[in-house]
Amino acid sequence: MSENILELKGLKKHFKTTAGGFFSREKAVVKAVDGVDLTIGHGETVGLVGESGCGKTTVGRTVMKIYEPTEGAMLFDGEDITHLSRKDMKPFRSQMQMIFQDPFASLNPRHTVGTIIESSFIIHGVEPEGGRKKAIQDLLDRVGLNPEHINRFPHEFSGGQRQRIGIARALALRPKLIVADEPVSALDVSIQAQVVNLLDDLQKELGLSYLFVAHDLSVVQHISDRVVVMYLGKVMETATTESLFNSPRHPYTKALLSAVPIPDPKIERMRERIILQGDLPSPMNPPAGCVFNTRCWKTQAKCFTDVPQTVEIAPGQTIACHFPEPAN
Amino acid sequence: MSKFLEVKNLSVSFPTEDGVVLAANDISYSVDLGETLAIVGESGSGKSVTNLAVMGLHNPQRTQITGQAFINLESGPVDVISAPTEVVRRMRGKTMSMIFQDPMSALHPYYSVGDQIAEAWGLYNSGSKRDGFARAKEMLDLVGIPDVDKRVNEFPHQFSGGMRQRVMIAMALVNNPSLLIADEPTTALDVTVQSQILQLLGGLQKEFNMAIILITHDLGVVAEVADRVCVMYGGRIVENASIDETFYNPLQPYTVGLLNSIPRVDKLGSHRLSAIPGQPPSLINLPRGCAFEPRCQFASSVAGNLCKTTNPNLDEKSTDHFARCHLSTTQLHQLLAKNESGAK
Ligand SMILES: Nc1ncnc2c1ncn2[C@@H]1O[C@H](COP(=O)(O)OP(=O)(O)OP(=O)(O)O)[C@@H](O)[C@H]1O
Ligand SMILES: Nc1ncnc2c1ncn2[C@@H]1O[C@H](COP(=O)(O)OP(=O)(O)O)[C@@H](O)[C@H]1O
Ligand code: SF4
Ligand SMILES: [Mg+2]
Ligand SMILES: [Mg+2]
Repeated sequence: MSENILELKGLKKHFKTTAGGFFSREKAVVKAVDGVDLTIGHGETVGLVGESGCGKTTVGRTVMKIYEPTEGAMLFDGEDITHLSRKDMKPFRSQMQMIFQDPFASLNPRHTVGTIIESSFIIHGVEPEGGRKKAIQDLLDRVGLNPEHINRFPHEFSGGQRQRIGIARALALRPKLIVADEPVSALDVSIQAQVVNLLDDLQKELGLSYLFVAHDLSVVQHISDRVVVMYLGKVMETATTESLFNSPRHPYTKALLSAVPIPDPKIERMRERIILQGDLPSPMNPPAGCVFNTRCWKTQAKCFTDVPQTVEIAPGQTIACHFPEPAN
Repeated sequence: MSKFLEVKNLSVSFPTEDGVVLAANDISYSVDLGETLAIVGESGSGKSVTNLAVMGLHNPQRTQITGQAFINLESGPVDVISAPTEVVRRMRGKTMSMIFQDPMSALHPYYSVGDQIAEAWGLYNSGSKRDGFARAKEMLDLVGIPDVDKRVNEFPHQFSGGMRQRVMIAMALVNNPSLLIADEPTTALDVTVQSQILQLLGGLQKEFNMAIILITHDLGVVAEVADRVCVMYGGRIVENASIDETFYNPLQPYTVGLLNSIPRVDKLGSHRLSAIPGQPPSLINLPRGCAFEPRCQFASSVAGNLCKTTNPNLDEKSTDHFARCHLSTTQLHQLLAKNESGAK
């Protein structure tokens, strides 16, 4: 067993698209993921955060080999899976599974819950002990659904229950790593807590590792051991959850945290916000120098010319910025 | 003293094949000029339906609406529920405006944003097209669109999500309405852009002394902007109180549960979240008793099975603090104290 279940080294995923609309011949490159370093230890939860379009989903899908990486390396439990063929990936496929944001779109509406989960067994030719039906019922029970509902269809379940079906499907092959892409974003507040608790419990029982992709920093704070902050395809800061939330060192992390509303009116009245101006620049045309320089309030000449290198600014805390914030 | 908008016993239902959907059930609330009322609740709790009725935007053929919603104008009160369609149509945009989660639903894809804002202005002002365009530029500038001279001629798809939301705000406010209903205006936006938009709305409210109704499911946003809060559950208001009372002294078990179930960025720690079990009720077959009873941890503490058999009234539990629950304030406080000592 290697030290980490997953290791990404300088991972890049660039998409070729047509710039300027459908009829344009000009080809452009979207640097959706542009040099990401990330590790996940066994049994660890790493949160991946950032604004929409910054490349979180693309990282997740590249890890799952839904996309072929453009550059860099991916190690799964120490083994290089970067360029494995579909066939050679097979033994790894069952060990990593994905949970999606939209519990409605990710389940086939014409299949029963039983069929949906069974397909995992069929694809991987797995014959669980005690038979498939029993295994499926155990899984349903495990995620808090009634095992007797094995023959029901997705539309007969609520949003939170559908997300549980997605989790049961992901667990069927006893994976080691789960990539969860915004798994609670589509759910109501009172249901989010149920699903977050379920993911917590499953991790404790089964020793799972999670890559938890989300834009909601409150949920990420709650569930993650460490957090990676992305901006425009690049990693701005990586730290333990405690350091990141108590002492963010990258200006972007600081601004992002200060934008999260806190459900406590007295605190809100006292709070000083850093309000970032403008929007995320287009990843087709990222700024030279530091990618954050169009919105950063600390810029100096260097920020527009030199790409900041990633440095370890405190034990276990790395950032890419020429002018870091002081430690808290 | 009457407030600018006073909604009284408003109910909205939709006859459907499966039965009658009672989407808004005996709703009363009010909001004054310069004040922000937040309406919170989970998906399907009736937040949008209620406020669409105030705007007169339901299809009368397919909707049953009862109750009243008074807008207290200087010339006297107008009940927008019983007023002729034509009267309400002429108040829309001028007296009251609404913005939505998805700006594309309110903006026309084939007209420039300048044309659209100028047209909205032209509905209530007799001026040339040039005047309208000048006004559009003024509004776009007001909502913080950079480079207005160029962007006024652009089309909605050329704007980012946050910018579109600004354009929609500009259009909604072009005739200086006194009431703005904002239905999840920032739900689809990133937090960084959300705080820009909330700051913008707050500034505009001060400048024009508007009444704002903010519909949201995010209690953080509520804490940031609201003066008063209505919590909706199953088509009813279950709690209606000032912002501080709502957060620091909630008197309805659903509100209590919601506040406990959300993780907070400022509270580190891997404690277990206290989730509310179960799921929200169907609005077709509401339980006879309290709609929250199937999920309520305190229902069994109420004598005589009352929660199952009788829907509680929205009582004034303390001055200006209304809650829908059979438990008295003392009983609830005792139960909460017991929970807390049990957790320790
Ligand atoms: N035209 C309609 N016909 C039938 N039922 C409707 C109609 N419009 C809304 N409903 C139902 O009324 C209920 C309340 O809907 P509403 O849109 O007010 O919810 P909401 O609180 O705004 O939820 P969300 O947070 O998802 O926007 C829902 O059960 C919805 O399905
Ligand atoms: N298949 C694709 N083809 C072209 N561009 C893509 C593709 N998938 C994502 N992108 C682009 O890559 C960037 C990152 O997207 P994504 O990973 O989905 O971001 P996030 O999940 O952080 O919101 C965006 O600009 C997006 O438009
Ligand atoms: S390198 Fe410069 S622009 Fe980038 S985050 Fe640091 S201070 Fe801001
Ligand atoms: Mg995504
Ligand atoms: Mg709604």
